[in-house]
Amino acid sequence: MNERIVLDVSHLTLHGKSSASVTWWGTFAFMLLEGTGFALLIAVYLYLESLASEWPLGAPPPDLGPGSVLTAVLIASLVPNYLIARWAEQENLHKVRIGIVIMTVLGIVPVVLRFYEFPALHISWDSNAYGSILWALLGLHLTHLVTDLGDTVVLAILMFTRHGANKRRLGDIQDNALYWNFVVATWLPIYVCIYWVPRL
Amino acid sequence: MTARPLRLPALAAVLACGGCGTPWQSALHPGGAQAGGLLDLITIFTAVCGIVWLLVMIVTLLTLRRRRAGIEAPLPRDEGTERRPRRAVQAAVATTVVIIAGLTLLSFFVTRGLTADDPQALVVRVRAYQWWWEFTYQDPRPDQAFTVANEIHVPVGRPVRFLLEAPDVIHSFWVPSLAGKQDLIPGRSNEITLVADQPGVYRGQCAQFCGLQHAHMAFLVIAEPPDRFAAWQVAQRQPAPEPATDEASVGRRIFLARQCAACHTIQGTTASGTLGPDLTHVASRRYIAAGLLPTTRGSLAAWTADPQTLKPGNNMPMVPLGSDELSAVSAYLTSLR
Amino acid sequence: MSVAPEEPEVLDRRLDAAALDRRLDAVWQTPRGLWAALATVDHKIIGRRYIATAFVFLALGGLLAVAMRLQLARPEARVMSADRYNQVFTMHGANMMFLFAVPVMEAMAVYLVPLMVGTRNIAFPRLNAFSYWMYVAGGIVLWGAFVFDMGPDIGWFAYVPLSGPQYAPGKRADIWAQMITFTEVSALAVAVELVVTIFKQRAPGMSLDRIPLFVWSMLVTSFLIIIAMPAIMVASTSLILDRLIGTHFFNPAEGGDVLLWQHLFWFFGHPEVYIIFLPAVGMVSTLVVTFSRRPVFGYLGLVLAVISTGILAFGLWVHHMFVTGLPRLGESFFTGSSMAIAIPSGVQIFCWLATLWSGRPVLKVPLLFVYAFLFTFVMGGMTGVMVASVPFDTQVHDTYFVVAHFHYVLVGGAVFPLMGAVYYWFPKITGRLMSERVGRWVAGLVFVGFNLTFFPMHLLGLAGMPRRVYTYPAEMQWGSVNLFISLSALVLASGFLLFFWDAFRSLRHGIPAGDNPWDAPTLEWATSSPPPSYNFARLPVVSSAYPLWDERDALSVATGLRPDRREVLVSSVADARPEARESSPRNSIWPLWTAIATSIMLVWSIFTPWAVVWGSIPIATALIGWFWPKGVPEDDA
Repeated sequence: MNERIVLDVSHLTLHGKSSASVTWWGTFAFMLLEGTGFALLIAVYLYLESLASEWPLGAPPPDLGPGSVLTAVLIASLVPNYLIARWAEQENLHKVRIGIVIMTVLGIVPVVLRFYEFPALHISWDSNAYGSILWALLGLHLTHLVTDLGDTVVLAILMFTRHGANKRRLGDIQDNALYWNFVVATWLPIYVCIYWVPRL
Repeated sequence: MTARPLRLPALAAVLACGGCGTPWQSALHPGGAQAGGLLDLITIFTAVCGIVWLLVMIVTLLTLRRRRAGIEAPLPRDEGTERRPRRAVQAAVATTVVIIAGLTLLSFFVTRGLTADDPQALVVRVRAYQWWWEFTYQDPRPDQAFTVANEIHVPVGRPVRFLLEAPDVIHSFWVPSLAGKQDLIPGRSNEITLVADQPGVYRGQCAQFCGLQHAHMAFLVIAEPPDRFAAWQVAQRQPAPEPATDEASVGRRIFLARQCAACHTIQGTTASGTLGPDLTHVASRRYIAAGLLPTTRGSLAAWTADPQTLKPGNNMPMVPLGSDELSAVSAYLTSLR
Repeated sequence: MSVAPEEPEVLDRRLDAAALDRRLDAVWQTPRGLWAALATVDHKIIGRRYIATAFVFLALGGLLAVAMRLQLARPEARVMSADRYNQVFTMHGANMMFLFAVPVMEAMAVYLVPLMVGTRNIAFPRLNAFSYWMYVAGGIVLWGAFVFDMGPDIGWFAYVPLSGPQYAPGKRADIWAQMITFTEVSALAVAVELVVTIFKQRAPGMSLDRIPLFVWSMLVTSFLIIIAMPAIMVASTSLILDRLIGTHFFNPAEGGDVLLWQHLFWFFGHPEVYIIFLPAVGMVSTLVVTFSRRPVFGYLGLVLAVISTGILAFGLWVHHMFVTGLPRLGESFFTGSSMAIAIPSGVQIFCWLATLWSGRPVLKVPLLFVYAFLFTFVMGGMTGVMVASVPFDTQVHDTYFVVAHFHYVLVGGAVFPLMGAVYYWFPKITGRLMSERVGRWVAGLVFVGFNLTFFPMHLLGLAGMPRRVYTYPAEMQWGSVNLFISLSALVLASGFLLFFWDAFRSLRHGIPAGDNPWDAPTLEWATSSPPPSYNFARLPVVSSAYPLWDERDALSVATGLRPDRREVLVSSVADARPEARESSPRNSIWPLWTAIATSIMLVWSIFTPWAVVWGSIPIATALIGWFWPKGVPEDDA
């Protein structure tokens, strides 16, 4: 077929930022599908509660300690998370290196705290359906904590190699920060469900 | 089967079906008001949808009136020619909305009609097991309650309220000639009320896949005049008759001594197992093993000898019996009328 | 950090056509050899494999159907045991839904969507490769289990408690649950790729109102997948947890609930129907336009109908549960919503009819299938209106009436358009046409065979025959109709056989097609058939919804992408204004390793929960290998 050149795109930047990048949209699509998963599990929790004669079923409400500390850590982590995204936007590699180390630490702490949360539930996954849904909620969120931590660790290592200093990697830092916001955001309704709904 | 004049829709449906199926288990052969109402609904829906389908097909065929043999250059864009199809499409969509709304309302009113409560209803508790049915006729006086399996009798004209329970997996209670179906779900209690307006034998069958022998999980509903029903009820409340022959008494002794009594109940004896069907009046029923075989001495013997070949996977183990023992047990079971 | 300054001599506009093709091919091609074949990320190669694999599963599922019809041809037949039959009908349903229908629609999109929107590869091409391997692995797991008599026997819907720890001992139900995981992972991955490809990689100028209707359908379908499939993942994971580590999600004795399973399953399961049907809608729109020789009537109406169908699809699930004893008022709401979905379907039908009415239809084989679709699907829609009514449904639910209904909708509504689409796009993919003469026989046999097979099932259902029974007593008098159905099924099967034969024969001996044999208007025909590895030497620029009809002399194109590395163009979501150039990943073997590691973990987890912990280590390793920069230019900028 004959062609007629009507447009020259050579002036466009290579690898666009945020909404001009495909990974940004991909991250959003994955957040949508995982968010649906979280929403469904929370719906299951509320559904089981609506059927039960008493709630919590066969156990005292979970201890508030570990879960609340974890929530505080997650919320606090949003500040450095915001900063690292901005530094990556400004292509300030030095600050990004500092930020990614901080985010790695702030990724490890919630995983550790999570293992104090499970005993604080006062019920095992195989005791009854209430125990099952609690462990499932914590477990699903734990896999997200661990996955994002893995991603953060790999990026941290990359930042200290020769691969760190380019726009694409800094874009990855931004997408990772975006995803961490999602991990924190999904936790909040789960926290309310697990720790406060039984106290209503 | 039915003495009452066939309704017109039923006749049409029977003609369309070319005689497939039998009247005793068919949504097209109602034996009660509910199934009759449902058949009316089915007929109206079919007629309306059929006409709509036919009209759409006529238009579809007419689109071919300007067909071409080969691919030509695409038609030029002309807004003027779009106006007539646009009006037609708008009219068709509007008509669709009206028809859909009408059918939805109709469906809603029929649904309301399905849930009539009647304090005079006979109450029967149904427990569906893999792969048979247990029916307990409730009675305010506990000693008047009784339990049967896979075959129930109901009085013509009197509503029967079935309380539906499933101790193992999900089953579905369905007697198409009398009404639509209702699931029996572990951990939940459902109910359905049926009325048989015509005396007759109606067959029901589990409609929800429930495992290996889902295909062999039928039961009979025998609708009879109130006096005959009352007589049946009296008979069913009786303990099992004493064996009349020596062979039958030997059979009873074997039955009570071997594993049989651990799973089956026979009122009036020490057999009080509850894992399998109550056999107190097993020989009074038309079928054994949930519709598998007609009740004869031969089929009872064959079933006892090797239940796993006749209905693979069912929960009755093979109890090794010699041929004399088998003969005696079948003689005893045949006497349980 | 800075981008290397562009060297003027590698800019594509300075190259003549032959030199440009040579350079692009050097960058985009998949070299010969097994290793390269395993490492390729070319959406066309993966799409071809996907389509071929899906049709293999169609054939296998068809054989199961024939086996069932043999068993049911006569009352009390003993062609197979109850145990085998229950595996066969479960396999038939699970195979057709999870291994054929959804994947084949996504497969067609994997091949076609990048070409139709005018880009060089799908977004996230390595994820695409991964998704194909996961799909194949899921198919092998399910069919391997079946061969070893471990095929699931719990129905494709796997209702608890029948599928739970107490009533389904052994590993059969676990196989079912993990097969779900495999196929959902792959379906979700493709859905994400398609959404991003359609949002961000459209040709400059392809604003929302110029997107081909098939692409619109796939966009909505992908969103349905993203929102519906997590439900089945939640369900199947809870089931496997109940079975393996003793949770109680579905155990009523410990606070669980049996109907919870059905809510979760059908919250996925009903949209699933539209996940299969909406792509077919897009195919029908495409075929109707090309073969009626005019732009579609009511583009906006069709797009809105697809979108509203997608939204309504999430409000229908309870109509699969009308006989479970839910409150009647709630059920009436779902009657209303289920009826309402007939309205967007009606809009679509009327728009197609208006297009055909005012066009000059050419009855080539693809359009024949569209007419077969109209005849059959409209009937399926009518029975759909019937089963949407609660009282009507109480009589026909779980009977052969419903079997007839959903085969009319799924085979008539999706497989007929798909077969038309195969006849239509076969020359695009292979460069050769399938036989017009054989195609007419295929269409005739399949259409007649289908209707003779499935129409009588409506009557069987009303005559009281339940579904999923491995046999029936002679005294029920269903025998003669069943025999008729079984014989008709052979006619249907012969049609499919002829179809497969035609496809095979045409691969080598079909008439060479040329670039655009149907004089079609959309971009996939703007390149050669089959397309080169890079799809388009210069990316098309679009100024109408029918670019090849509106610019018949020369195609508008863009220049300025580098020919010495894999680059695609990123454009804005609404009006497809070019925003950036984006590098597209090179071939990589890591998606295959990741898929193998994931498969090992999933199968292992059937046997011990610790597999999830230990099996994650190789997966993480493979993922790091996947994403670690290899020093090629595409990785670093």
